[in-house]
Amino acid sequence: MTPFAYYRAQDAADALASAGPHTAFLAGGTDLLPLHRIGIAVPEKVIDISRLALQGVDVSAAGIVIGAASRMRDVASNPLILAQFPVISQSLLASASPQIRNVATLGGNLLQRTRCAYFRSSDLSCNKRTPGSGCGARDGYNRAHALFGTSPHCVATHPSDLAVALVALDARVELRSVGGDRKVALEDFYRLPEHQPDRDTIIDPRELLIAIEVPAWDGPSSYVKVRDRASFEFAVVSVAAALRIEAGKVRAARLCAGGVGTRPWRLRDCEAALQGQPAGDVSFRMAARHAGGGAAVLGHNDFKIDLLEVTVVRALHNAFGAV
Amino acid sequence: MPLTINGRDYRPLVPPHASLLDVLREALNLFGTKKGCDVGTCGACTVLVDGRRINACLALAAAQEGRNILTIEGLEQNDGLHPLQQAFIDNDALQCGYCTPGQIMSAVGFLAEGRSTDHAVIAEAMSGNLCRCGAYPNIVTAISVVAGRPE
Repeated sequence: MTPFAYYRAQDAADALASAGPHTAFLAGGTDLLPLHRIGIAVPEKVIDISRLALQGVDVSAAGIVIGAASRMRDVASNPLILAQFPVISQSLLASASPQIRNVATLGGNLLQRTRCAYFRSSDLSCNKRTPGSGCGARDGYNRAHALFGTSPHCVATHPSDLAVALVALDARVELRSVGGDRKVALEDFYRLPEHQPDRDTIIDPRELLIAIEVPAWDGPSSYVKVRDRASFEFAVVSVAAALRIEAGKVRAARLCAGGVGTRPWRLRDCEAALQGQPAGDVSFRMAARHAGGGAAVLGHNDFKIDLLEVTVVRALHNAFGAV
Repeated sequence: MPLTINGRDYRPLVPPHASLLDVLREALNLFGTKKGCDVGTCGACTVLVDGRRINACLALAAAQEGRNILTIEGLEQNDGLHPLQQAFIDNDALQCGYCTPGQIMSAVGFLAEGRSTDHAVIAEAMSGNLCRCGAYPNIVTAISVVAGRPE
């Protein structure tokens, strides 16, 4: 195990001033420490940001702002989140275990690395872990892998449930560096693997994820996660759905899928098919037929197209039922 | 590295990348906290930090300065077993016992969370603790008894 130095930052400015190309920020540490143990993360210095005042849920002009160092458990049970964005709470409670949710932060959740077994096994080839070594999954055992956004170099799914809910809600992330702040749509924050699968996001190592902005949504929402066991497991397929319904018709729909894309995958064809339709089973099933459009199956993950369609229907029903 | 464990102050000499679990076991001889998977999957290393249950294997020891760490060794009250320890014995909630300290610490954390304690909720809330012997039904019963909701 490669040793590293430890530094506890006093505030965000101190953390940024201490950061360099070979440092890592530590918030909850629940992904960083296992990645360090298997030699994927090898920082020379770890900068502890777990005590910085980047926590809490606040109302903003456009919606809500969540501090990036807020713990998963605290956000999942926050009254504002439960009232306005049940899809966020449900996605958090469907993630990990209670022990991990007590520690892991929202920022860390969005930045976690893929659970692809080829990535996490140091003796298998993986372009994300070791650029140029090849993708073992593409022609290997790829039941867990992506249908959308893949490249010849990588087919790994993005593992976060929260990110699926947030992309459905058009959330933005606020990034801070010594040069200033910038805000990026979460969907664009994630890179497609293309020729460079080792870079998951557009964040710079010297940049801090400060906050998550979620625009107001005046309608019901729901998160449905299908997994191989009932709890403490990553998604085979998941869907976040948010609806606005007026006079029995769908005025707006937002759908995003997890477990199927190299990043959280918006289902815009399904959204468009729902627009203006009567809210109910017939419309939901018609719209869900568009979910698999553009899918590139790998051999073991073909079943995910059917699973995705029925999960879309379930998520829409769950949201609609909450009206 | 100053740490407060079970109300006592320690200053172990350990490298900055050491996990809380390794410091407990290797530096401080507190072997009650078990190492199973070392990647946060099995829950055998569950301890409480400031009253919240966490996986000690996923916690950097250096980051725990100033926090109150409670391990299974610190659970006894007034020279007697904690009610959950007694309930695990009374309800035969273990076989080999390796996961038991983690199960009990996790259950202590769960009950402190103040949630509903029907069996389905307990089963979900204890999903971060694996038992290879499959003692789950009796573990859920033991927790129900302490929560005041026996079958």
